[in-house]
Amino acid sequence: MTALLERPATTEPVVVASRRRQAGLRRELLGLLFLAPALVVFGIFSWWPILRGLLISFQQTNLVDPVVWVGLENFQAVLSDPLVGKAMANTLLFVGLGLVIGFPAPIVLAAVMSTVRRFAGVYRVVVYLPVVVPPVVAILLWKWFYDPGTGLFNQLLGLVGLGPYPWLQSPQTAMLSLVLEATWAGMGGAALIYLAAMTGVPAELYEAAESDGAGIWRRIWHVMLPQLRPVIGLLLLLQLIGTIQVFTEPYIFTQGGPDGATLTVLLLIFRYAFQDGQYGQAAALSVLLAIVLAVLSAVYLRLTRSWSTK
Amino acid sequence: MTTFTSSNDLRRPGTAFALRAVQVVTLLALVAIGIGPLYWTVKGAVSPPTEMVTNPLRLWPAEPELGNFARAFTDLHVGRYLANTVTVVIGSWAVQLLVAMTAGFAFAVIRPRFGRYVYGAILATMFVPYTVSLVSLFLTVLEVNLLDTYWAIWLPAGANAFNVLLATRFFEALPQELYDAAKVDGASTWQLLTKIVLPMSRPVVAVISLLAIMHSWKEFIWPLVVISDPNLQPISVALANLVDSAPQDELIAAMAMALAPPVLVFLVLQRYVVAGLGFTGVKG
Repeated sequence: MTALLERPATTEPVVVASRRRQAGLRRELLGLLFLAPALVVFGIFSWWPILRGLLISFQQTNLVDPVVWVGLENFQAVLSDPLVGKAMANTLLFVGLGLVIGFPAPIVLAAVMSTVRRFAGVYRVVVYLPVVVPPVVAILLWKWFYDPGTGLFNQLLGLVGLGPYPWLQSPQTAMLSLVLEATWAGMGGAALIYLAAMTGVPAELYEAAESDGAGIWRRIWHVMLPQLRPVIGLLLLLQLIGTIQVFTEPYIFTQGGPDGATLTVLLLIFRYAFQDGQYGQAAALSVLLAIVLAVLSAVYLRLTRSWSTK
Repeated sequence: MTTFTSSNDLRRPGTAFALRAVQVVTLLALVAIGIGPLYWTVKGAVSPPTEMVTNPLRLWPAEPELGNFARAFTDLHVGRYLANTVTVVIGSWAVQLLVAMTAGFAFAVIRPRFGRYVYGAILATMFVPYTVSLVSLFLTVLEVNLLDTYWAIWLPAGANAFNVLLATRFFEALPQELYDAAKVDGASTWQLLTKIVLPMSRPVVAVISLLAIMHSWKEFIWPLVVISDPNLQPISVALANLVDSAPQDELIAAMAMALAPPVLVFLVLQRYVVAGLGFTGVKG
């Protein structure tokens, strides 16, 4: 059995060749045995659903009647549904606001944290705390804070004479309110990754810049940020991939309202499938979403590879 | 540890003061946004309902009461939902670990010839987040009759390509001489796994466990879809359903109990969480 683990030799004597072949077969079988859990789980719950999602997008199915192939009808129905355009625009708004509000924040936080010597551990624990709060609990908490009357935010803003603001109840501010919560929930992880990257910048670079007369700002701008560029690119893509799939925030905060202002693509897929029973249309919209995400993931993997081989 | 400020900068009193001021302000802001909401939850949970309406900004209630916690247990069945969550987490963790370790061992140590095709097919699933196959995954689970059972959460959780990648990379990085030496001593594959590889795998087991537990405790959309029986729902799904019917003070007590376990676990293991984040690069 131990022979199974030998690497195949490049030149082997004819006598042992048949024994090796036998050993090779046993290695394949043993490999199959150990891969069985992965093959079962990925086969049934990953590969098949991915393939099947593609198939269903060309079918009409309601779980009762026999399946009918309908060609591109599902895609036509989805693309002519005014809600889809609205959901795409809303999702882009969530992604865009998330970038404007949520993307620079962890970089600034990490930059400050990188200068801290004492209590550095306290900063790291506190910045990461929101990340460990389960999303549903975090969103329900924020919903309570956003309460127009007795909510924490309007009460605090009222102290300085601002508001009251409608937050989740107005189509103008609802999406912004979702983004603020999502930024709060996601900032800590990114900040710690930036911090790790910042503390890895070679000290000689800063010393050289300083001896050339560069002040703190120019060292940040011309030394630190260029060194961080790969990490910034990766986290930008990860944030795009994550925020395009936004679901829990609009589902719990607003159920897509008010007046459809927070209806996102994934929420619409959920409605098509689990409220209307339109599995074909849900699958068609999923395929469109999957194409966007796969392109972003491919760019992400390319970046990771070029980054790790550097 | 390097940073963009140097000891020369800090010798200038103005710069040193400004830097210190920025650090303190940042810490205060972090405490406000990091600890503030958690504190406010606890405060809300022990406040009498009338006080939350009449004096919502009070920092601590005049007469704190613990009755909300008890009522959250008896009226809202928070205990049962927490136990359900623990069941979901343990099962998902076990399946993820089993799949990742066996697959990693097969790819990195046994190295069957067909292995690289399977490895490629597993890594390819990283391009397709499970949210986009939500509908077809639901239909599959429906057909294999797993709806309203925890297997519907446990088994799909195992199909995690990132775990397989971590385990394979880890086993590949172990010194090859170890395997050779074990072979000379006449060890079987099973002994190689249990006596040599697994005892050395504690770092990768720890990272996969941490990611698996944190992720499955936070999971919402999939349990929402496959567990409709209120007696089986984990706390996230239950809270989302209770929000419109439960009294607010009991609900806040229930939320405090739902966030306490992950926060406490994080505070105990924070070193490893922060280190694990560095190890995995980007997965939170």
